[in-house]
Formats: sequence, structure tokens, C-alpha cells
Amino acid sequence: MKVLIPGPLRSYTGERREVQAAGSTVGEVLADLDRRYPGIRFRMIDEQDGIRRHIRIFVNGGQVRALDAPLRAADEVLIFQALSGG
Amino acid sequence: MPRSGRRRPETFLPPAAAGPVALLVATRKGAFILKSDRARRAWKTAGPHFLGHTTHHAMLDPRDRRTLLVAARTGHLGPTIFRSGDLGRSWKEAARPPAFPKAPEGAKGRVVDHTFWLAPGHASEPRVWYAGTSPQGLFRSEDSGDTWTPVSGFNDHPMVPKWTGGEQDGTPDGPKLHSILIDPRDPAHMYIGMSSGGVFESRDQGRDWKPLNAGCLADFLPDPHPEYGHDPHCVRLHPLAPDVLYQQNHCGIYRMERAQGRWERIGLAMPKQVGDIGFPLVLHPRDPDTAWVFPMDGTQVWPRTSPGGKPAAYVTRNAGKTWKRLDAGLPKNQAWLTVKRQAMSADAHQPVGIYLGTTSGEVWASTHEGAKWTCIARHLPQIYAVEAAEL
Repeated sequence: MKVLIPGPLRSYTGERREVQAAGSTVGEVLADLDRRYPGIRFRMIDEQDGIRRHIRIFVNGGQVRALDAPLRAADEVLIFQALSGG
Repeated sequence: MPRSGRRRPETFLPPAAAGPVALLVATRKGAFILKSDRARRAWKTAGPHFLGHTTHHAMLDPRDRRTLLVAARTGHLGPTIFRSGDLGRSWKEAARPPAFPKAPEGAKGRVVDHTFWLAPGHASEPRVWYAGTSPQGLFRSEDSGDTWTPVSGFNDHPMVPKWTGGEQDGTPDGPKLHSILIDPRDPAHMYIGMSSGGVFESRDQGRDWKPLNAGCLADFLPDPHPEYGHDPHCVRLHPLAPDVLYQQNHCGIYRMERAQGRWERIGLAMPKQVGDIGFPLVLHPRDPDTAWVFPMDGTQVWPRTSPGGKPAAYVTRNAGKTWKRLDAGLPKNQAWLTVKRQAMSADAHQPVGIYLGTTSGEVWASTHEGAKWTCIARHLPQIYAVEAAEL
């Protein structure tokens, strides 16, 4: 499925904004993304499988808050980063 | 006879360095490398590396003078380690950065916020590194920083919650494990510092740990002389006299002869109007009785700036009996500098070069052991760490 990558993480994807990854849950998609682009998952997801504080994940426009959220092949995953601070 | 209780080892002193020096400057918005000529007069700044990343520490491996590690995160992305084998011309990210183990289902696990301290291991273990994190965690790499594993003997020690006071007891930037020191005679003999927690020692390569805080004050606790819970800001061990420890603590400057096992507050000999509160402490590479500090204002609400707006380093050359002010070249007044615990460093030249970085983005250098200071970089982001490396 299509995964949209935010600017701060595109150094992992060769600057590609849109990539493909497979899985039946958000967690599986992120694991597959990490296989394709090593290191990218840990920048978004901590070692306790928590979504990091300033990372937001949307599926077809709706925010998901847990990695076990189910996905279908036609879904679109948008990873978004809430930039703030000085 | 020096105060360290042994003869000064002139016959086996390591030779002074004579080549260019690199200053590895880690800042809140990226890392910079300042390289000198052989005379240490001219400096060139390279970088920023990882612009926008909070870089807490950058360290060149003195064993191979090639492997450079940088601890980094952004304000929004998780923590990682970047590695270079060519002094920053190219970088690779660690395949497995420091991270706590996943907790069992239903249990609350700890999360590394950032790696704060990087320490090359013992000379007999050339690819080993240690890392200290926020919150307090100890990690070890056996492949030059590519993959990191938790040091379970510390991280899972049943006393860690009590030693550290939990994650609410720490610095404004989070509680930290720092000052990872390896006895040059024995890779199994280690010390760590924790803010907060205190100084701890292991004699079995991290499998077990014991507090080492006797004599050190913790005046912010109900019992000001507890067994643990102290706030060492920076602990140093001298490579030529590894049974002598120094620390700049939240509650003063201390020195310990390990055989005695008790910290002595050598900062009481500092001028009263300056006090002995600060963050960094630096040792002379060839004289265990010589140390530099950079005091800050630790009164009232803890401004943590130069006392009176008049910045100065202080040096002792007799293991803390007396201190001398070193402010030539530094601003005379209205200079409210803060130098963090990793932001002061010494090279191995003769005379020794002393370097410091300020939270206002300046790097100051003295090629004469602090006798005269020159600003060699300004307008950098807030400086967290300065490490001098021989090239």
C-alpha cells in the first residue's frame, strides 16, 4: 500500500515522499517499512511500541493511535510530524 | 611528592601530542568540527552535521583516531547514533541504537529519550563503546557503535529506581547517566555518574554496582549525607593515576583516593564569592594533581551563569589545596556564560590546550593551560559538548 513519508524522514527513503509497504496492521506496515529503509521505524516508534510524541499516523484521513490498527491493501497511510518549538 | 600519593611518573609519561587538534562540538542544532593547524593558532569550522538534530555528544575513538560517534535526536524524532570512519565526510546510522528491552505485556517499559554520553571502551577491547542515556541507562556496543545492547546488570538492577529516584529526579533536560569511566588497568572496573543518583562502581564489567558517595554532600535531600541520590555533574578518572577520582558535583568540587573510599571537598579552597558549583571538570593529561573547573552561580534559584557575569576558569595544580583564577582574554563583565558538563575539554599537547563551549554558542580556546583565552568560534547553536581529539 501507499505510505506517505514526512520531510524529516525522507533521508531514509532516498528523499521519496511516497513509498510502498505491506502489512495487515499499522505495526506490520511500519515493520516492512523498516526492512526496506533500515532505522526509520525507531525514529517514529519507541522500544515499547509507543508512537513517539510528535508523530501522527493517519489511515485514509483518520488518525490511528495504536500499532494494531487493521489495514486493507487499498488503504493509504500518511505519516505526519507535528513540528514545533524553537 | 604529588598529593596523589605516588611519585610523578616522569619516566613513563605519554609523550605530548604535537599534531593538529579537532574539537568535536555537539550543539542543540547539529554538530560541528573545528580543526586546528599544528600550532593550534588557526581554526577552521566544518559543519553543521545533522543540522536540526539535538546532538548531545560527539566523540572520536582515541584508540583508532578514526571512529567518530555522534549521539543525536531531533525534537520530534527518536534517538539514534551516527557513525563516521572519515572524520565526518560520510556517515552511517547505527543499525540498533541504544534502547531498553520491550516490557512484558501489561508492564510499563522504559524508553530512551536520548543518548547523553559516549565513552570508548578499554584499550584491550578496541571495538567496545559504552553509552549513557536519559533516563539513566547503560548500553554497550562491541562493534564500534553499530549495535547496542543494554547492560542488564545496571539497567535491571533492583535498586535502580531507588538509586535514581525515578524519572522525575533529574536535570531540566531529563535524568542522565554520564561519566562512564573505565579503569585503564582493568576493563571490568568501571565507574558511572548519574544525575541524579550519584557515583557508582562496578568491578565485574557492569554485572553489579555499588554506590560510591561517602563524604559527598546532597544538600537538596532531607538527609544531606545519603548513600545515594547525589548529583555528580562530571566525574573524571586520571589515566596515569586511576585510583584518583575527581568530580564537579551539584554540591561542590570533590576528590577521592579510591583506597580511602571517601570524597574530600577540595572546592572549599575556592574563593568564597565564586563558590565551587559548576558543571565541567577537566584533568591534565599528564599530571593527576592538575584540574580545571568553570564555576557557575549556584545560589538562590541557580542561575547557572558565570558568577557576577565575570566568567573564569579555575585551576588547581596541587590536587585541590589551592586554586588560581584564569580569566585573561575572557569578557570582564556582563558575560553570563554557561558551560555544560561535557563542554570543557583538554588536548594532549604541551602546554595543554583547554577548550570550552558556551550555551550562547561560543568556543573559547587556550593553548597555554588557561593562562589566556581566545574565542575561536561564535554564533553557533547552544553548545552541549566539546571534545578535543588529536588527529
